[in-house]
Amino acid sequence: MNAMDIAVGIFLALGCFFALTGAVGIVRMPDFFSRLHPAGKNDTLAVTSIMIALLIRTVEYDYHWTVATKLLLIVGIIFVTAPAASHAISKAAFLDGLKPWTKPGDTEASNE
Amino acid sequence: MKDQVILRAVVKLMIPPILIFGLYVVTHGELGPGGGFQGGVILAAAFIVYGLVFGVDEMRKILPRKVTDFFAAFGVLLYAGTGVYCLIAGYKFLDYFPISGDPGRAESWGMILVEWGVTFTVGAVMVTVYNEITEGTGPGDQPDGEG
Repeated sequence: MNAMDIAVGIFLALGCFFALTGAVGIVRMPDFFSRLHPAGKNDTLAVTSIMIALLIRTVEYDYHWTVATKLLLIVGIIFVTAPAASHAISKAAFLDGLKPWTKPGDTEASNE
Repeated sequence: MKDQVILRAVVKLMIPPILIFGLYVVTHGELGPGGGFQGGVILAAAFIVYGLVFGVDEMRKILPRKVTDFFAAFGVLLYAGTGVYCLIAGYKFLDYFPISGDPGRAESWGMILVEWGVTFTVGAVMVTVYNEITEGTGPGDQPDGEG
């Protein structure tokens, strides 16, 4: 158990935590737009944290630089595509006329 | 879709990596995870995502129907041709041995030919399916035109 093991554990735990909060957020949030928020952001960060942990593990023990490069590519692609996908979904819903949720009785915050 | 700046930028950025990844999946299908079907679907996904963002008509300009029709048939010809060539050379269907004198090399070459056949057909058919379900939705489409 050296420092690298601890770093790997911390990053894996962080990734699991963000994935769990994302899942809770999708169930808990009141409407479509606020549900996209945990779905898009937390998954990106969760995947990135887990990939960083795997990256440290791969390079530390096996020196598999090909695998490390592939993991970095996965991180880069997730970072570009996941926000773009949630942006596209939310914009499509907004242009289709779906109104964002506001607190019942809260007239000040609503768009109308 | 002309005003979707973020989508257009991301799609322009992602299409070359998608194509390269598709080719990687096809060529490494012999040794690792992947293969002709998966690679063909990924290659087709690059064109489909282009069509989704820039419009079906733009996609049909870079990949006309004649080309997808040709490759859909050409892949089957490549696959079956590899098999029938072995059959004509006196071995079983898709036996690979007559392709080269070295058995290992013959199997590699035969597998690569078959994988590329699957890739061409699957990719072309995927694009054709996308073409068919978007038939008549593009601004340049005639209701009863060829598309």
